[in-house]
Amino acid sequence: MNPAWSVICFTTLAGAAQGLVVMLALATLGGLAPRHSFAAGALGIALVMLVVSLGSSFLHLGRPMRAWRAATMWRTSWLSREVIVLPLFIAAVGLWWLWLYTGRGNPRSLLVAVVVLAFALWWCTGMIYAAIRFIAEWAHRLTLLNYTLIGLASGCTLLVALAVWRGESGLAQVLAPVALGLTLLAWGGRTLALRRNAGLKPKSTLQSATGIRSTSIRQHSMGMSAGAFNTREFFHGVGLAALQRVRWALHGLCFALPAALLAVGVATGTLEHVVLASLVQVPGLLAERWFFFAQARHPQNVYYQVVS
Amino acid sequence: MSLANPNETLARQLALVIDLNVCVGCHACVTSCKQWNTSGAAGPLVDSNAYGANPTGTFFNRVQTYEAGSFPDTQTVHFPKSCLHCEDPPCVPVCPTGASYKRKQDGIVLVDYDKCIGCKYCSWACPYGARELDEERQVMTKCTLCVDRIYDELLPKEDRKPACVKACPTGARLFGDVKDPDSEVSKAIRERGGYELMPEWDTKPSNRYLPRRVTPAAQGESS
Repeated sequence: MNPAWSVICFTTLAGAAQGLVVMLALATLGGLAPRHSFAAGALGIALVMLVVSLGSSFLHLGRPMRAWRAATMWRTSWLSREVIVLPLFIAAVGLWWLWLYTGRGNPRSLLVAVVVLAFALWWCTGMIYAAIRFIAEWAHRLTLLNYTLIGLASGCTLLVALAVWRGESGLAQVLAPVALGLTLLAWGGRTLALRRNAGLKPKSTLQSATGIRSTSIRQHSMGMSAGAFNTREFFHGVGLAALQRVRWALHGLCFALPAALLAVGVATGTLEHVVLASLVQVPGLLAERWFFFAQARHPQNVYYQVVS
Repeated sequence: MSLANPNETLARQLALVIDLNVCVGCHACVTSCKQWNTSGAAGPLVDSNAYGANPTGTFFNRVQTYEAGSFPDTQTVHFPKSCLHCEDPPCVPVCPTGASYKRKQDGIVLVDYDKCIGCKYCSWACPYGARELDEERQVMTKCTLCVDRIYDELLPKEDRKPACVKACPTGARLFGDVKDPDSEVSKAIRERGGYELMPEWDTKPSNRYLPRRVTPAAQGESS
């Protein structure tokens, strides 16, 4: 597939915001509530991230003014379900922020609702890809797991970085090892998916796609001279060497380096490293999501092999 | 145009049967499809850079060419490709707006261009690559089986067929109800071994393809 930056930015930003909110809610519910001003600030950042991600998702639409229609087919479409859950989640986070901002504290039921909605949103986002059975690289439980784990890991790391920055050392001390654990788990999940993808054999062949009974079939013309939607949407057009570099960025910047910085921080107690971990993770997350799309091989590509 | 009665069962399924044995790859179906549909209810099917070095545009139908076998025993196969109007179209349930739908009364899979938000998700969910986003109108487009033509009573009866079928000079395109066992298309599928594309995905495509067959004269030459 040809990765779309609108979708990459949307899913990475929203995922990290979800992770940040979930970890803040869980910490608060677990009796580790930070100062209200800090929590409100962190939620404010999450809200900005969510609104920017929502705006980014609109950029993926050919007809953004009609986007409201996307909420209508929730009975069958995971995309429609995501379109419903995302604004609900943003509204719940906004309500929590408002409660803190007006000094009314942390209502327990609202925090539980926020956590549930965040996980529902990861489920919907993951299922958008996992439900397309034709794309073998996506059609697996690991897609759901990785969207959730990567969101949790990046969000938790960001929350620790914010806590370090704003002097919430109590919260930072507790959550830094959690962020490390989540990052390592996410790395494991992603590595499993990459390993699974490497072993996949395309189900469709030129023989099954055309029905021509011959062991040797070559395409001479795909029916157009200069490409079409089919050649633009489903091919990334990037060479193997560049793909390899993105794969290294995925492993190094999304997981290995942030985990190392978190580990150093946890081991030495100097959590300033976590701020760096969160910054390093930004290009890493973009690389991870870009690779997620680029690696998906669509069966329609069998029909588009020769330009002429 | 719409005869929608949602309570009706899918007793009828209009579809194309494409005879690869006689398709000569002339692209008349491609151009007639483009002409009819760019001028009709589905249009305009926009082209960009039409007279430049890299012309590209929206088409509902393409003719591809393959070579099978090894020299000197090779065959050139021209392969028309359009929406297969699957019985169980995977592109329909994923649509978040309901713009994509399958008509109950004749099984045609259509896009309501006024509801489409151009999210492209349906094109991801079609293993055949049968859908094309119109780059200028930014809505998803696809073969309509000339739904604005086949029911038009202002046209003479013999013209109430998809434009591609009417244009084919070799009669490689048959059109009819594949659920009616006595129709021309059902007979052709039965007698000529009409097959589905990518049967491995179990999408139950309604369009079928008739395989190449070795005619007696050609058999004599090749043996």
